[in-house]
Amino acid sequence: MKLILPITLVVLAAALIAAGTIHSTTLAPATTPDRAVQSLLEHVKAKDMRGAYSYVAKQSDINLDSFSRDVKGSDGSLRTYSTLQEFPTKVLNQNDNQAVVRATMQWSSAVGAIYDTRDLQVVREDNSWKVLWPVVKQPKVPPQVIPVNYLRWDIITRGSDDDWGAQNVDAPRVRIVSMNAIERDGGTIVLGEIVNEDTVPAFISVNATLLGKDGAVLGQEESFDKVSHTLLPKEISPFRIDFPNVTLAKVKSVRMQPASLLVAAAADPVIGVLHQRLEKDLRGRPVLKGELINQSGQIVNIPHVLATYYDGSGRVIWVSDGYVNQALMPLTPVPFAVDVRDDLVANVHSYRVTVNEYSINARQP
Amino acid sequence: MRRFFLLLALACATSQWLAGASLRVPDHVPAGQELSIPTGGSGEATLYLFGPSHVAKRRVKLGSPVVLAGDELVNAGRYVVVLNGESSTFFVTAGPVSTLAFIARPSRVPAATRDVVSGTVFLFDRNQNLVLSPQPVSFSLSVTGAPDVQRTETSKGGIAWTRLDSSRRAGAAQFIASAGAASVRRVVQEVASEPCNIRMHAERAKGGAIELQTDPIRDCAGNPVPDGTIVTFTSVDQSGRSTVDARIKRGIAQAELPESRQATISVAAGVVIGNEIRWGGGQ
Repeated sequence: MKLILPITLVVLAAALIAAGTIHSTTLAPATTPDRAVQSLLEHVKAKDMRGAYSYVAKQSDINLDSFSRDVKGSDGSLRTYSTLQEFPTKVLNQNDNQAVVRATMQWSSAVGAIYDTRDLQVVREDNSWKVLWPVVKQPKVPPQVIPVNYLRWDIITRGSDDDWGAQNVDAPRVRIVSMNAIERDGGTIVLGEIVNEDTVPAFISVNATLLGKDGAVLGQEESFDKVSHTLLPKEISPFRIDFPNVTLAKVKSVRMQPASLLVAAAADPVIGVLHQRLEKDLRGRPVLKGELINQSGQIVNIPHVLATYYDGSGRVIWVSDGYVNQALMPLTPVPFAVDVRDDLVANVHSYRVTVNEYSINARQP
Repeated sequence: MRRFFLLLALACATSQWLAGASLRVPDHVPAGQELSIPTGGSGEATLYLFGPSHVAKRRVKLGSPVVLAGDELVNAGRYVVVLNGESSTFFVTAGPVSTLAFIARPSRVPAATRDVVSGTVFLFDRNQNLVLSPQPVSFSLSVTGAPDVQRTETSKGGIAWTRLDSSRRAGAAQFIASAGAASVRRVVQEVASEPCNIRMHAERAKGGAIELQTDPIRDCAGNPVPDGTIVTFTSVDQSGRSTVDARIKRGIAQAELPESRQATISVAAGVVIGNEIRWGGGQ
């Protein structure tokens, strides 16, 4: 009788441990195309790549490792720091054996929400629906040496024992070459371009102050990430400063305050922007598309694309930006797309794309 | 009684004369130099010294010279010495020029530009007193491979300044100010101006891409435009526009643009536009 209680407890503990550690390897089969996509993305959200992969059709010709790299990201890209939040789906067409489901994935990341819309093919396989995951073939760059004449700027600053006449080297000379204030969604947006006219690199920021009719300050904002902060000599960056709650009618003047600091910087990597073109995306919205190519030998982990749009007179009419999920491997093109305002497409005469880069293991300048 | 007061006043005046008439100091004394003040009379008296940054009080023996040490007279300015009820004033003046505070502006200038470099010098003696007397100050601006620019100015109120032209040749110019035995050097970076003429050529690379390279990029004075300057190559073809912001390295900029059957390729740096190439259709 004395042994009954301990034995019962041991058996109960073993049962609980077993229940907690042993999972069923078979997941519920998807009975509809929509359910297949939903199930796959639910497992992606839970970071269960093996579970998500079980909803991938064999025809996809993609292994678990490649699937995980595509979904979770790799090489320190922005996707590796992102989490899938929402994924509304919509069946675009369906027959007995196949269907097309549009998934609009919203990823949360350090730089805000990132949307990724994919039209996924879903096929019937083994009495259940499975997703034909699009294979993204990464071109393999053969082993090689990419010669880089590494260029950087170093600064000797004033020492504590220098006399008071010995001042630091002057800050770089920067200039706002164009500025335009527009109204959108009840707010004022200040757009323009700034150039580093100097022969040394500059760390820049652009601040704007809106002044009302009585000279009162209506708002003060800075460009934050809608600008390239590090400008090499003669480099031009767009900037955009948003004032969400100030209508343009209230603004009498805008006071611009560009600021620059001399910083140690490196001239690499060089990123080419290829095949830029205005197109419609899957949802029919206008986007500026193209490919980025890293012409240097080091990996660029998080590319940030800034696009400037000009009208027929060369005036900046819009600045948009977007982060690219993939890291830029050397000499490997990576597609990008940034939104363009619907109402501006007709007025866009030309555009210019520049790229900011954030590298985790970059050589320190 | 009247005779008694008359004698008393005469005795006081005589004693005052004996004590005070001996407090004779020069009008000007160089800073940091010892000063000896002769005294007359006998006995002891209290000496007070009031200076711009120093006050002293001590008992001295009358009849022998009172010595003010150089340490007590290091700061230029007006001093008052009081001894036995008598006072006298003298000025401590700055010594010979010992150090310079040299402000050179700006730290970077375009080459071959008039009156663009300014230099201002403040003259100090070894005790950090501003040397107010007029002093000749020479300025020299030199860059390797170009003749020196020299000018001599006379200081006013302890300050001398000048404006100089930058030389035609780019480089780290040595800007030197000298006065007396003192000399200070600053570096003014003379840099190339805007590119004068950008010329590029194109070749087909192994993979079919278009390899672009500029000739050495120089300003109108022939100075190479600094490395790191952005040069933008743009190709426009049927598939869209492709751009590469290349950096000048070792005087030239190069980039690789994607393969194209027919494209218009242009090059620019800042506001300066170079030549245009029509790829696939002859230049």
